[in-house]
Amino acid sequence: MSNNIVESVPGVALAPSRYRNQISKYIVYRDKTCINCGKCVEVCTVGVHQQAGTSSFSRPEEHKCVGISCNACVDSCPQGALSVIINPMMEMLGDYRWTNDLILSTWYQAETGKVPTNGLEYSVGNSGGGFDRLKIKFPENPSIKLKNEEISTAIPLNRRNDSAHRVEIGLPVYGGGMSFGSVGLSTIIGKARAAKAWNTFTCTGEGGYHTTLYPYDDHVITQVATGLFGVREDTIKRVKIVEFKYAQGAKPGLGGHLLGDKNTPEVAVMREALPGSALFSPFPFHSVYSVEDHKKHVDWIKAMNPKALVSVKVSTPTDVDMVAIGSYYAEAHIIHIDGSYGGTGAAPNIAKKNIAMPIEYAIPKVHNFLKAEGVRDKITLIASGGIRTAQDAAKAIALGADGVVIGTAEMVALECVRCANCESGRGCPRGIATTDKELTHHFDSDWSSQRLTNLLSSWHTQLVDILKKLGMRSIQELVGRHDCLEYEGVKIG
Amino acid sequence: MPEKYHINITPTLPRFTPVGKVSAIERDGCLGCAKCAKKSCVYDVYKNRSFDSKQLTDTIDYLCKNCFRCVQECKGRLFSRAINPEYKRLGDSYWKPDIIATTWYQAETGKIPVSGAGYLGPFTGHGFDSMWTDMSEIVRPTRDGIHGREYISTSIDLGRKLVSLEFDTQGHLVSSPPPTINIPMPIIFNILPFGKINKNMRLAMAKAANKLDIPMLIEAEEYFDELSPYNKILMPQFSAKTFETQKKLLTGARLAEFIYEENIMEYIAQAKKINSSLIASVRLKLDKNAADISQKLIQDGVEIIHLYADYQGNEHDAAQPRFIKDMVRDIHRQLVAKSIRDEVTIIVSGGIGLAEHLAKVILCGADGAAVDLILPIALECRVCKRCTKGLSCPVEMEKIDVAWASRRIINLMGAWHSQLIEVMGAMGIREARRLRGETGRAMFLEDLERDFVNAIMCK
Repeated sequence: MSNNIVESVPGVALAPSRYRNQISKYIVYRDKTCINCGKCVEVCTVGVHQQAGTSSFSRPEEHKCVGISCNACVDSCPQGALSVIINPMMEMLGDYRWTNDLILSTWYQAETGKVPTNGLEYSVGNSGGGFDRLKIKFPENPSIKLKNEEISTAIPLNRRNDSAHRVEIGLPVYGGGMSFGSVGLSTIIGKARAAKAWNTFTCTGEGGYHTTLYPYDDHVITQVATGLFGVREDTIKRVKIVEFKYAQGAKPGLGGHLLGDKNTPEVAVMREALPGSALFSPFPFHSVYSVEDHKKHVDWIKAMNPKALVSVKVSTPTDVDMVAIGSYYAEAHIIHIDGSYGGTGAAPNIAKKNIAMPIEYAIPKVHNFLKAEGVRDKITLIASGGIRTAQDAAKAIALGADGVVIGTAEMVALECVRCANCESGRGCPRGIATTDKELTHHFDSDWSSQRLTNLLSSWHTQLVDILKKLGMRSIQELVGRHDCLEYEGVKIG
Repeated sequence: MPEKYHINITPTLPRFTPVGKVSAIERDGCLGCAKCAKKSCVYDVYKNRSFDSKQLTDTIDYLCKNCFRCVQECKGRLFSRAINPEYKRLGDSYWKPDIIATTWYQAETGKIPVSGAGYLGPFTGHGFDSMWTDMSEIVRPTRDGIHGREYISTSIDLGRKLVSLEFDTQGHLVSSPPPTINIPMPIIFNILPFGKINKNMRLAMAKAANKLDIPMLIEAEEYFDELSPYNKILMPQFSAKTFETQKKLLTGARLAEFIYEENIMEYIAQAKKINSSLIASVRLKLDKNAADISQKLIQDGVEIIHLYADYQGNEHDAAQPRFIKDMVRDIHRQLVAKSIRDEVTIIVSGGIGLAEHLAKVILCGADGAAVDLILPIALECRVCKRCTKGLSCPVEMEKIDVAWASRRIINLMGAWHSQLIEVMGAMGIREARRLRGETGRAMFLEDLERDFVNAIMCK
């Protein structure tokens, strides 16, 4: 196995907010008594203050501000012209899982490609359970001292070692399925380019394979979901990985639903449907009522594309461990479990909140069961549905996953604010999850791919750092290392 | 198969601007740009906003969808957003603002609340929030059931059931099954736990219940003649005090409820003398004695037991009250262990505020639930409890129109019915009757936590 599957760390470049006014945790006020002495520029270590010529200041770059704990500029201003307060708008931004700190820190990483140094919490949220109550236990002194370049974050996806592609990805992370229709092209292409940069994958979701994705074929997973929208022999043959979507964490057991408004003429062509009509993917596969039926599906893919890896995406019912073993016996390469708190373009609130179990509970259940059955090392276990941060990814792996899939984190990197209006009217008001002509012009794929590459870069840095502190050479050593975790139990607020 | 049940919804606007979650804040200092952030609002909220002179509010607080575009695009940086303090003040520790707001939405539209992004709430919570419903990866019924091409039945039977049928030596049936009533949805309208209820509210609820074909409880002494068109669905409730004076209501009633006391069976016997086909329910407080009393009542032949928790779903008269879902689970299990659970119908009430609560309490062992506070909330009640202190109602409940109000209630029930079908469809359960006590299709926090800790502890 090559140690450095990512030949060189892909290019990080500054990709600032596409909005004029960045939302920041702190607000910096400068009043009229400022004499333009430049003292604040001198003392600020993060570059909030910038003089614009000799007589005036440009607007403070508040999103960089470390906040009240620093206050260096305020304290050193001879005129008392500066003040720093917490932005009162913070209470409107974020929620229990994605706190305002997590949103802002993800923006920071997507902008700079670096781990935040401005005091923002970038690892855990405030949900009171799961990843937010799990800690990674670091030894005081790692057993071996490693240099960054000795540490690998790569994982193989074909653990059956059969005749299918021997795919390895540079990071234990790939992009979740989002169809053309549920998101726009700038988002899709941005995801694909970032996947290519990090030698990992993105997924088409259900809804077909857009021609602009062809240059990224080797980094695309194409999805076969219950509606079979956009599935053609050609799409199956193009790719290295084909994913069967049985269910989705946000709406397990409910199938899929593209709202009529989002079914634009361009979307409809790919889906071979009538524009403007709502498109339902039924639940479940009407041709699958047993593991044997499922195997028939897998065989069907393998007949068309013998080298393809087959991934099976399921949600997390009580018997998720049985489903996983069934997938193994049907000769799938990847079992992808999507937890109940996963993201979505549209789902009934009752489903998002209540149906199926959170991913944290499901991972060790499946991992232990596959181990007990003696097949754990023959299948790749991928977890998703609530992986927000690099630490979440590391914790999921320590719980027993080989890697993770992210979706919402990518959306947030593209400046999603989690307003949850992806489904209403013309779709995402911020141009991410929409194919509305006017709204999608808000950004291009250069910007989106850079933001996503930057985010993955920061995650890579963090994963390497975690492994270094644990004295592990490879992320693969962390799989199922429950002893590296400390659990505090749920906290009900 | 029972006739297919369908609830017709009619979008019905609120009378008052609902309390919005957002406070839209706008500073002075407009630069008058040609390309104004207000004009590019995707939802046209700046165009559609108005000042509600009655409530002294700006409707933008309700219209704004919180996408932050204007906040981030305005050259003068004039806009910001905060949580509306009025919104935070809605309801109480159990009847939270989110429950109230989603009930308003459903009463207005009759639709299932749908949104993008993942679940925004905490990992787990108190009460109903500490359990999940299961799903089945490959079994039917399917989305076809949810869309109505297949049938998922939400109906249940009210009444007593025989444990077995007896036949004579010739093979003729000798047992006579007691009367039961089939209701198309596992819901009964309850008596309100507090608050003022006026004639029009009562009429609207009865009209809605009649349309939905589900029973509605009413204190016998509160009955008035205008309710007579709805007698079929009315379920008069008697206490020892009101029995004598109100017993005329028993004639023609299909269902009646009796507030529990020790000699309750005597009242029920008297009532059955007046109306032999009457199905009697006993209203029993959910406290530490509820399980044992229920057991005794079943042995005495009672047909329906209505177990009521307090209005927040908590046990009565307990220093450390248990929650309704846990109490119902315990009682259900006790009765199953005694092999008498199937003989009786159990209806529960207290704290049923969301469609998911209905599904969950049935999973815990109830046959159905009685709903109360959500009915006035559908009519814009803000759970401010001013009426309990004799103060004026901020949404002028005294002025409601019966037709408007009944439509709102029907809409809400329509949305709940659809959601019940959604979760049943996901679970692969075709009938609400089979949902009862089916804890194999539920996941409880305490079990998942225990398994999780065990799983990560073992080597």
